[in-house]
Amino acid sequence: MKWVLVSVMVTATVLSDLLQSFEMKRAGEQSVGARGLIRLLKMIAHRKFLILAIVCMAFSFFSFMALVQAEPLSFAVPASAASFVLETVLAKLVLKEQVGVKRAVGALIVLAGVALLGG
Amino acid sequence: MWLRTYSILLLFIALKAAGNLSLAWGMQHLERNASANPLYYVRAIFDPFVALGIVMLIVALLTRMVLLSLADLSFVLPVTAVGYVLAALLGKVVLHEVVTTQRWIGTILIFAGAALVSSTTQITTQKTTGESPK
Repeated sequence: MKWVLVSVMVTATVLSDLLQSFEMKRAGEQSVGARGLIRLLKMIAHRKFLILAIVCMAFSFFSFMALVQAEPLSFAVPASAASFVLETVLAKLVLKEQVGVKRAVGALIVLAGVALLGG
Repeated sequence: MWLRTYSILLLFIALKAAGNLSLAWGMQHLERNASANPLYYVRAIFDPFVALGIVMLIVALLTRMVLLSLADLSFVLPVTAVGYVLAALLGKVVLHEVVTTQRWIGTILIFAGAALVSSTTQITTQKTTGESPK
């Protein structure tokens, strides 16, 4: 059961990040500040991918709540790092980013760490 | 300037850890939910410890935004990976969780791997408008 929750949490987190990254890059650079924030909020309301990203974020948070209820904190928080692995794979495949050796090795180390957490 | 950056960095790490701890404490003391009923989680938000945890996590998120205005993402992300180790420590000390040697090794590997992955964060794809990667 715990790995199901970890999978849901990580998939939702990564999906949310990918949708945000995709849509925000398409929107161009945003400014910070009061006027920038209002424009940002307006933009969120008009872009369905950003709304979907927020829904995914909520899913991810609720799964984290379920996970910390059933499993120790010392498992739940480190396990959430599995998102780095999926994110790296999808950044390469979906966003067509260049994944360097350092990032690939890092993702593999995280994967090994998460595998060890279960024990 | 660096003192301010490091103070905000410490504040962020502390808020995130305390927020997770409060959330975990609150959730662990709630009546268990057998079904995946989303309403259960909406109700859980009103538990004082869960609510406190969520507020701290939101403030942590805002602190992180301030931090990102002072320091590069490629500095912030690897440094904040220490949060994984901190969560394991707090779980052991405060929540009296059993953390096996294998889990410690896993946590350290996650910290190292996350720091490595996030230290490479930069823009590698072409954007429509933008500044060059730092």
